[in-house]
Amino acid sequence: MGQRVVIDPITRIEGHLRIEVEVTNGKVSNAWSSATLFRGLELILKGRDPRDAYLFTQRACGVCTYVHGLASVRAVDNAAGINIPENARLLRNLLLGVQFLHDHMVHFYHLHALDWVDVLSALKADPKKASDVANHVSTAGNSGINDFKEVQARLKKLVDSGQLGIFANGYWGHPAYKLPPEVNLIATSHYLEALRQQARTARMHAVFGAKNPHLQSLVVGGVTCATDLNADRISEFKYLWKETMDFVTNVYLPDVVAVAGFYKDWAKIGGTTNFLVYGDFPQNEKEPDSFMLPRGAIFKRNLSKIEPVDMAQVEEHVKHSWYEGDQALHPSKGETKPKYEKLDVENRYSWIKAPRYKGEPMEVGPLARVLVAYGKGHEPTKKAVDGLLKKLGVPPEALFSTLGRTAARAIETKIIGDAMEGWIDQLAENIKKGDTKIYQDYQMPAEAMGAGLNDVPRGALGHWVDIKEQKINNFQLVVPSTWNLGPRCAQGKMGPVEEALVGTPVADPKRPVEVLRTVHSFDPCIACAVHMIDPRSNEVYKFRVV
Amino acid sequence: MKREKGFEERLEKRGVSRRDFMKYCTLLSATMGLSSSFVPRIAEAFTSAKRPPVVWLSFAECTGCAEATLRTTYPWIDELLLDIISLDYQETLMAPSGEAAEKSLHDTIAKNEGKFICVVDGSIPTAENGVYGMIGGKTFLEIAKEVCPKALATICIGTCASYGGIPAAAPNPTGAKSVKDAIGVSTLNIPGCPPNPINFVGTIVNYLLFGKLPDLDDKGRPLFAYGKTIHDQCPRRSHFENGEFVTSFDSEEARLGYCLYQVGCKGPETYNNCPAVKFNEGTSWPVQAGHPCIGCSEPDFWDKLSPFYKSL
Repeated sequence: MGQRVVIDPITRIEGHLRIEVEVTNGKVSNAWSSATLFRGLELILKGRDPRDAYLFTQRACGVCTYVHGLASVRAVDNAAGINIPENARLLRNLLLGVQFLHDHMVHFYHLHALDWVDVLSALKADPKKASDVANHVSTAGNSGINDFKEVQARLKKLVDSGQLGIFANGYWGHPAYKLPPEVNLIATSHYLEALRQQARTARMHAVFGAKNPHLQSLVVGGVTCATDLNADRISEFKYLWKETMDFVTNVYLPDVVAVAGFYKDWAKIGGTTNFLVYGDFPQNEKEPDSFMLPRGAIFKRNLSKIEPVDMAQVEEHVKHSWYEGDQALHPSKGETKPKYEKLDVENRYSWIKAPRYKGEPMEVGPLARVLVAYGKGHEPTKKAVDGLLKKLGVPPEALFSTLGRTAARAIETKIIGDAMEGWIDQLAENIKKGDTKIYQDYQMPAEAMGAGLNDVPRGALGHWVDIKEQKINNFQLVVPSTWNLGPRCAQGKMGPVEEALVGTPVADPKRPVEVLRTVHSFDPCIACAVHMIDPRSNEVYKFRVV
Repeated sequence: MKREKGFEERLEKRGVSRRDFMKYCTLLSATMGLSSSFVPRIAEAFTSAKRPPVVWLSFAECTGCAEATLRTTYPWIDELLLDIISLDYQETLMAPSGEAAEKSLHDTIAKNEGKFICVVDGSIPTAENGVYGMIGGKTFLEIAKEVCPKALATICIGTCASYGGIPAAAPNPTGAKSVKDAIGVSTLNIPGCPPNPINFVGTIVNYLLFGKLPDLDDKGRPLFAYGKTIHDQCPRRSHFENGEFVTSFDSEEARLGYCLYQVGCKGPETYNNCPAVKFNEGTSWPVQAGHPCIGCSEPDFWDKLSPFYKSL
C-alpha cells in the first residue's frame, strides 16, 4: 500500500474541495475527491416567485455567475412557453460569450498557471533574453527589455520585503517546474497583466448586464437593458471585446503553446474516457439544432461515433456520498436523505452525488466540447485543434490529458470570441432597422415544468423548475462540477477527476504540485456542485425528462 | 510615514501620469466623503512602504465577493496585492494548497497577532455543530473562533458574512449566521451581493490614512458608502417625482428610462452608493440597465425585500 496524501484546502478554485491520493512508486495509484461545503439553495427556492429564481441561482457561484442566471431564466421561459425576441437571444449569447472569455483567461493565469510557472525563478531571468523569446512567440505589447526589467524589479521588491502575500509558501524550486527563468518571467508578467485585463473584460458584462459579478439585466422573457441599445454602448462593448481578443490572440494563446512546449509529458497524463456535452449558443429559435457548440456524447474516446444525448440515461448515485441508501436513481425519482458521517474514503466522503450517464462517469467542460465539435466536423474547431497539435508536434491522442484539457480551454476561447463579433454586428443591424425589442410579455402559468440546459465554461449545466400555483414547487440544478468532481458510484467507478489523477507522477508527496495540475485542469467550481441537496426532507423530484 | 518613490515612477512608466494617479485618489476621497485637502494624504497612504497583513477567510460563500474585489480599478488589483496590502491567505488566489496553505495562515497570525486584518466572505453554518462547512478537517465555526479574535479588525465583505445572506434565507437549511452572530465578535460590514470593491478598498485606505477604520452606521456599514439610500441618489428620481413609471420591460417607458418603482425597485429602502460610483470602472449599475434594485446590501433582503418584481 502506498502513501496517503491529503490536500485540503485545494486552493485556486471556487469553493471548498479536498483531494486525497495514494502514491505508490512515485505515481498516484488511487484518488478520492470530496466536497466539504453545503448551502441548500434548492430548499431556499421553494415557494418563491419563479421570476426571482435567477437572482437566487446566480448566487450558486460567484465565478460563473451569469451561467446559472441564464439556465434559470431559460428554465422559466421554457415553463411559461416564451419565445424570446432575437435581440434578447443575441444579448444573452454575448453575455455568455463574455463569461467564457473571462473565466478561461482567469483560469489559465490566476488559477492554473502557478502549477506550471515558478514565479521566484523569474528573478534569475535575463530580461533581454526574455524579450527575445516573447517577441519570437507573439506580437504582444509590453515585451521590451525594460518591460521585463520592471516586472523583475517589482517582484524583487516583493521578495525583499519579506511579505510574499499570495506567493508565500508556493512550491517554488520544485523539480516538476520545467520552464527556463525567461519563460517564467514572461508568464509572471502576463499573470499581472491578466489581472488588469480580466477587470476590463468583465466590463463587457456591465455594459449590457449592469455589473459583474452577478449581472442584473436578465428577466424571464428577455433582458431589461432597453436604454443601453445605442451606438455608444455597442461601440463600448465592441472596443472591450477587441481589446480582450487582442489579449486572447496575442498573449493567452501563445502562452499556452509556449508553456505546453516544455510540458509535453503532460499530454500523456490526466486523461479520462467518456465525455458529455449539452451544447449552447443558439443561432436561432431552433434548439439544439442551431447551437454553435454542438450537443453529443463520446464513449471510450471514440471520436468517430458521437452519440445523441438522451437525458433519460442520467442517474445519480449516493453510495459514497453523505446520504442514506445506496441506490442509483434518475433525477426525476431522486431521493435526498442527508446523513453526515465522518469523512471515510472507503465509505462515504463527499457532499456531491455521483452522476452517471448510461452508467458511466462523464467528463464535461472545454475538452468534452472541443472533442464533440471536432468529432462532428465543426470547421473552426477542427482547424484550431489540428493547428495546435501540429505546432506542439503531438498526436491527436494527446488531447486526452491534462494538457489537452488546458489547451481545449484556450481553443474554445478563441472560437467563441471570434463568433461574438457576428452577434454584435447583428444586434447593431437590428437596431438600425428599428427592431429594438428585447422582452416578450407573458402570463406566468399556474402549473408548469421547464428546463434550461446550458453548456458553460465548466461544462454541461441543467436547471429544472416545477411551478405550482405560480410559485416554485421544486427547483433542481445539476451542474458541471458534479459530473467532474463527484465521488465513486455504486459500482465503484471513479468520478472523472479521480480517474484522471491515477497515474499522475508525484516527485515529493509533501509538495504535490503535480496533483494540483490535473485537479486544476478541470477548473473545479464546488459551491454550485452541492446545491441540489436538500438536507431536511425526503424530497421526491418529479421532473419531466428533457 | 516613509515615502516610497518607486510606486509613482512605476505608474508613470506604465503610462499612468501623476495627474491620473491624483485623479483616482480624488475619486477615492470623493467616495469616502472626504474633502479634497485629503487627496495628497491618500496618495501618501498608497505609497507607504509598510503593507498591512490581510487574512481572507472564505466560508459559506459563492466567491462572488473575491471576484468583485479582483475587479477593483482604483487601484488595480495587482497594485492592491503587491503595493498596498499583503494578502497572506486567500484561497482563490494563493499559490500554495493544503498544508502549505495552512502554514501561510498560521505564520501570519503568529507573527502579527492583534495587527492583521481579517476579511471574511460567506456566512457560518451553525446547525449540527457546523458540519456543513469544513476546511482541513475543521468547521468554519472553529476556524472563525480561532482566527477572528486575534485580528486587529474583522471586515465582513458581502452580505453573507455581514448578515447571513443567501444561505441564511428562509428556511436557512444549515443554520447559517453572520460572523458577528455566529461567534460574537464585532465586525465592520461591507454588504452587497457582491459589494462594490471601491467600498472595500476605501475602507482599507481609510485605515492606512487615519490609522483607524471608518465611521459606521448601526448596521456596521461605513457611512462614507452606505450613508444615503439608492433612491435619494438615483438619476431616475425625477421620473419618480413626476409620476413617470415603467410598468413593462417592453414599453416606451422602459426605453425612456422611467422610474422602476412599480416593477419592484427597492432603491427607497436600500443604503448604498451604487448610483454615485457604479460598477466596473463606472460602467453601469442595475437601475441604469433597466432592472430594479433588489436591495442586496440590506440585512435579510432575500426574504424581506422579495418577491423582487413586486413594488414596495
